[in-house]
Amino acid sequence: MKALKYIVVGFVFGIVLTKSEAVSWYRIYEMFLFQSFHMYGIIMVAVVTGVIGIQIIKRRNIKDIKGLPIEIITKEAGSTRFWVGGIFFGLGWALVGSCPGPIFILLGAGFLPIILVLFGALFGTFLYGLMKNKLPH
Amino acid sequence: MDILFQTWPWYVSGFLIGIVMLSLIYFGKSFGMSSNLSTLCSMTGLGKKVSFFNFDWKAQRWNLLVVLGAMLGGFVAVHFMSDASNVDINPKTIAQLTQLGIDAPNGKLLPNTLFANDIFQSPKKILILIFGGVLIGFGTRYASGCTSGHAIYGLSSLQIPSLKAVIGFFIGGLIMAHFILPLIF
Repeated sequence: MKALKYIVVGFVFGIVLTKSEAVSWYRIYEMFLFQSFHMYGIIMVAVVTGVIGIQIIKRRNIKDIKGLPIEIITKEAGSTRFWVGGIFFGLGWALVGSCPGPIFILLGAGFLPIILVLFGALFGTFLYGLMKNKLPH
Repeated sequence: MDILFQTWPWYVSGFLIGIVMLSLIYFGKSFGMSSNLSTLCSMTGLGKKVSFFNFDWKAQRWNLLVVLGAMLGGFVAVHFMSDASNVDINPKTIAQLTQLGIDAPNGKLLPNTLFANDIFQSPKKILILIFGGVLIGFGTRYASGCTSGHAIYGLSSLQIPSLKAVIGFFIGGLIMAHFILPLIF
């Protein structure tokens, strides 16, 4: 049961991202050309839903499923890593049209060439781990 | 039932993505897909050689289960919930794609130009996909998050670092879509 709830949430996530076509290379390209509101609408509504939900959790002190206080992870301070890392990711996102979630979703859907993107992404993650101490954060 | 097969509207999809994130928060977890890439690296034992991967990956098993569910969801949605009306993008976008020599969607999620199985015979396309992946893996770890961790979770919790990262995502994406893609294709 513990494991099942994560699989169910992931399952819904996979279906929503596919049916909203957020996993589509075309939708990402269209978004970056500013030729459709679709992707912007998805992100905006997700964020607005999230903001409202998190505010409710904070103000009503809602506990998690185990009855423990809910903690929102605070991102570390800094600037360089977010700008530079963000730009690197953005370049990749627009080139192959998928962010990390969709890489897995598309692979599950059976698009075999995505395995190359996954290998690349694992290698890129490895490169960061290797170079971490030499990079400005 | 038709609505299930057509493209889901942005307001329904966005709301459901928000609910997915809130569910994970309710389970005492967070929302972030790219950290799974680190977990997979750590699982191979890389932590012995590279300290960045030296963490208890078993504590991240829940997120791998989310990934497993997402893969199953992708399979079901593509094989049992698709329709020829899908991926109805702007005709202007299609015209620009045609100029680049990239095929129009016609209901497909991905262009054959980059994602048909015959790309394995093209070294150039293999390199494009691997290189794109490297940018994604390196960039998300450097920025410590991707679209889910920063754009959805980070912005939802009103964090400034995530706003910087998201602006970075768009700077990179705009440069790629407007200036580099036309040079590659």
